[in-house]
Amino acid sequence: MAEMTYREAISKGLREALETDERVFLMGEDIGAYGGAYAVTRGFLKEFGPRRIKDTPISESVVVGAGIGAAMAGLKPVVELMTINFSLLAMDQIVNNAAKLRYMSGGQLKVPLIIRTVTGGGAQLAATHSQSLEGWYASVPGLKVAVPSTPYDALGLLRAAFEDENPILFAEHALLYGLRGDVPAERYTVPLGQADIKRFGKDVTLVAYSRMTHVALRAAEELAREGVEAEVVDLRTLRPLDKERIIQSVKKTSRCLVIEETWRTGGFGAEVASMIQEEAFDYLDGPVARLGGADAPMPYSRSLEMAAIPDEKKIIRTLKEVVGI
Amino acid sequence: MKVVEKIEKKQVAEFYRQMLLIRRFEEKAAEMYMRGKIRGFLHLYIGEEAIAVGAISVLKPEDYIVTHYRDHGHAIARGMDPKVIMAELFGKATGSSKGKGGSMHLFDASKNFLGGYAIVGAQLPIAVGLALASRQLQNGRVVLCFFGEGAVNEGEFHESMNLASLWKLPIVFFLENNLYGMGTHIDNTHAGGRDVYKAVGDYNMASHRVDGMDVMAVHEATLEAVDGVRSGEGPFFLEALTYRFRGHSMADPINYRDKAEEAEWRRKDPIDSLKRWALEEGVLTKNYVETIEEGVEKELQAAVEFADQSPDPPLDSLMQDVYA
Repeated sequence: MAEMTYREAISKGLREALETDERVFLMGEDIGAYGGAYAVTRGFLKEFGPRRIKDTPISESVVVGAGIGAAMAGLKPVVELMTINFSLLAMDQIVNNAAKLRYMSGGQLKVPLIIRTVTGGGAQLAATHSQSLEGWYASVPGLKVAVPSTPYDALGLLRAAFEDENPILFAEHALLYGLRGDVPAERYTVPLGQADIKRFGKDVTLVAYSRMTHVALRAAEELAREGVEAEVVDLRTLRPLDKERIIQSVKKTSRCLVIEETWRTGGFGAEVASMIQEEAFDYLDGPVARLGGADAPMPYSRSLEMAAIPDEKKIIRTLKEVVGI
Repeated sequence: MKVVEKIEKKQVAEFYRQMLLIRRFEEKAAEMYMRGKIRGFLHLYIGEEAIAVGAISVLKPEDYIVTHYRDHGHAIARGMDPKVIMAELFGKATGSSKGKGGSMHLFDASKNFLGGYAIVGAQLPIAVGLALASRQLQNGRVVLCFFGEGAVNEGEFHESMNLASLWKLPIVFFLENNLYGMGTHIDNTHAGGRDVYKAVGDYNMASHRVDGMDVMAVHEATLEAVDGVRSGEGPFFLEALTYRFRGHSMADPINYRDKAEEAEWRRKDPIDSLKRWALEEGVLTKNYVETIEEGVEKELQAAVEFADQSPDPPLDSLMQDVYA
C-alpha cells in the first residue's frame, strides 16, 4: 500500500499503459514540453519520446477526431482536452463520431479512445472555465463517462478504461489533483459501472460523484454529530450507471439526496432521482431531493462562486427542508 | 479526355463499368425513393462519377478511404457490393450497416472504407487520425479523404490541414468542388475565390487542380499525389471541378441554378465522354461496351431484388452495437 495523490495515481495509470501497450499514445495541448496544464504528464515527453507523447495545436476538434481515427485503425489513443470547457469545440467529434461509429457501421468499427479532461469549478476561473459538463456526455449512448473522486478510483478506473473497447470520457476534477489517498501495490481495477459506498449509514443516502463525494462525506460527518447516519454513494461512472447499488442503498435508508456540482436544471442528478423514484418508490419516506449548482453562469468573485457550488451547509439544509431529516 | 500513356484497355473498361454502375445505381436509387422503398435523405452522385472511380483506382487494398454523405459512388468504386448498399438504403437487415446507417453512413471495414460522414467536414479529422496511425505503425498506408467545397469553410477543415501538414501525414485531401453547398453558390460562401486548391498554400501543402469530369485525368493526378504522399512527402491537396447533375438531395427542386449552366456541364458528362473517346480511339469495341452495359443492368437488377426481398432488421437489434 502506498499513499499518493490523485494526480500521481493518474500519471501512474498512464505510465503503466505506455510501458505495457505499444498501441497507447498520448496527444493533446501542452502535454509534452509543458508537462500538462495540471502536470499529470510531467516528464513523459523525456521518458517516452515525441512518438508517444504528442503536443498538438489548440485545435480540439481535430485532436479528438484524430484520436477517433487512430483508434479505429487499431491504436489506443489517449487524447487530453485541457478542460471539459474546451470539449465544446470538439463536441461534434465526441457526440457524432466517437459515440456513433460503431452503431452506424452495424458493429463493423470500434473506437477504443480515452478522452481525459478536467472538470469542475471552485478555482475562481469564472463562467467559461468552471463547468461540469460530464452529465451532458453521459446522456449520449455509445459513450462511457468516468468521474473518479479518489486516487484509488482514478487509477482503477483508468486501468479499466484502457481495457475497454469503447470511447470513454475520463473527467478528472481540477480541485482533486492534490488529494492524497491509499493505493495498493498490487494491480487492481475499478470496473466501469460500479458505484462505491464511501460511507455506510442507515438514515439517509447521499448520492454524489467526483468532488461532491467529499463534500457529501463532510456533511455526513456533521450529521453524525446530530445522530443521523448518512450513507454516501459515489457513482464513479455516470455511464454505465450502477442503478443496483443506488437502489439497494435507498431501500435501506428510505431517504435520498442527489448532489452534483453542475446546474440543477437538466443535471444528471435528475436522471438519478427519477430512476430512484421509479424503482424504489414504495421504500421512500420522503421526496428524493436534489442539490445542484446555482442556475447561473459561474461568477468570478470568491463569495459568489462559493454560493453557487453545493457545500456541506447546503446539503444539511436541503436534507432538513426537503428530505425531512 | 486526357490521354494517359500506358493505360491498359482493361483499366479503361473498368473505369467505364464502375462509372456506369454508379450512375445506374443512383438512377435506380432515385426510382426506389420515388416508390417509397428508400426514405430519409438520398444524395445522388450523378455527374461526379469520374472522381470516385479515377481516384480510388489508385489505392491499394490496405489504404483507407473516408468521405462525405454523398457516398454511394465512393463505396461502389471501392468495390462494395451494390447489393448490400442497396439493402442498406432500403433499411434492411442485410445492408452494410444492418439497416442502422442508411444512405449517408456507408461503411465496409473489410475494404478499409471507413465511412460516409454526414456532418460537413467531420471526416477530415478522422482522416488525420487514420494517417497518424499509419505513421505510428509504419505500415505505409495512405488515406484518401473526400469532401466538398462546403467543408472548406468549416473550422475543422483548417484544423485538419494544419495538423496534417505539420505532422507530414500520408493523406490525399480530395476536394470535390461541385460549386454548390446545398443551394448556395461558392461565390457567396468562400472569400478565397474559385481557386480553392490554392487556399492550402498557407499550410505549406502542395496542391493541384484537375478536371473532375475526366476519369483519366483524375486517375493520373491521384496517382502522382498518392506516390508523393506514400513516399513521405506529407499530405497533398487535390481539387476536382465537377457538377452534380441532380439536386442536393431528392428533396431539392433546384431552383437556384441556371439552366444554361446545367446544360453546359451535362455536355461534359464523364461517362459519355469516356465512352465516345474509347470507341473513337478503338480502345474498346462497341460489342464490349454493350457487354459491360448489360452486366451493369443485371447486377443492379439483382441488387434491387436482393434489397427488396431482404428482411427488415429484427427489433431486438435496436440495442445491439451501441457498445463494443
